[in-house]
Amino acid sequence: MAKVKGAIVVNTERCKGCNLCVVACPAKVLSLSPDSNLKGYNFSYMSNADSCVGCAACAYVCPDACITVYKVKNKTE
Amino acid sequence: MTLNDIIDPKNLVYAKTKVMNDTPMHYCPGCSHSVVHKLIAEVIEELDIQDKTIGIAPVGCAVFGYKYIDIDWQQAAHGRAPSLATAVKRLLPDRYVFTYQGDGDLAAIGTAETIHTCNRGENIAIFFINNGIYGMTGGQMAPTTLNGMKSTTSPSGRTVPLSGHPLDMTKLLAQLDGTCYVTRQSVHNIANIRKTKKAIKKALENSMLDKGTSVVEIVSTCSAGWNMTPADSNNWMEQNMIPAYPLGDMKDI
Repeated sequence: MAKVKGAIVVNTERCKGCNLCVVACPAKVLSLSPDSNLKGYNFSYMSNADSCVGCAACAYVCPDACITVYKVKNKTE
Repeated sequence: MTLNDIIDPKNLVYAKTKVMNDTPMHYCPGCSHSVVHKLIAEVIEELDIQDKTIGIAPVGCAVFGYKYIDIDWQQAAHGRAPSLATAVKRLLPDRYVFTYQGDGDLAAIGTAETIHTCNRGENIAIFFINNGIYGMTGGQMAPTTLNGMKSTTSPSGRTVPLSGHPLDMTKLLAQLDGTCYVTRQSVHNIANIRKTKKAIKKALENSMLDKGTSVVEIVSTCSAGWNMTPADSNNWMEQNMIPAYPLGDMKDI
């Protein structure tokens, strides 16, 4: 298990599915959802949540500030 | 450890700044304007100047800037944002005043206002978004359009005999005695987003130091106007725009 675990929460109604977070993620955690939001955009989601390290790269590049990032350092392992 | 254990306010690393409100932005998906709005809002929060900042919105895509960043705003006539900012700053010298302008506003119809404001050394910050195109009106050629770059009014690419050379406003403004900080940045990747944020912070701080005008040009994309995906636009910008408009500080005194 990775020592640092991260998770993101996407504001799916604000997301416009621009794909920039998917490109920016170094751990390839994100994808665009097959579902769409009320505006018809395929929002971003964590398709590979286990790999997330909470680096916040996705949130820095997100033009619409849709992404909230959380990170935990696992001290026991 | 489950996702719900990680998603806890005490583990928060990054969240949307409160200076930016919840109104959905009208910009196209992946637009550089949104990134710059976000950075300006973050800097205003970091400096704790939300109630002391006045923004001047331009005409162009950013005309609705006042809807998204929760500070005081004025909306200027096309190209006249630096003149309005001059008035605001002279009447209220204790406020942080900035203009937010695109290339059609600052480099075309507002060239005279921009040059004279910078020449007078007004204590304001100018944020200049350069995407080489008139984005809002449908992708027509702008003064900053690159040689050979296609737009709706130059479908075979811009040529020098017909349209002249691309106008490098930032280089021009760096030569004026009234400017104190002139820099060119971009927001196409994380490293450059961080540098741009630092530049925005410095420009806003300079506006209180009585040193002169600060100009931050941000080389940007217009994925709708360029007919590319946001990620492709960023790559195209890196390969074509940045060689023509090299990044970095041109003046810092």
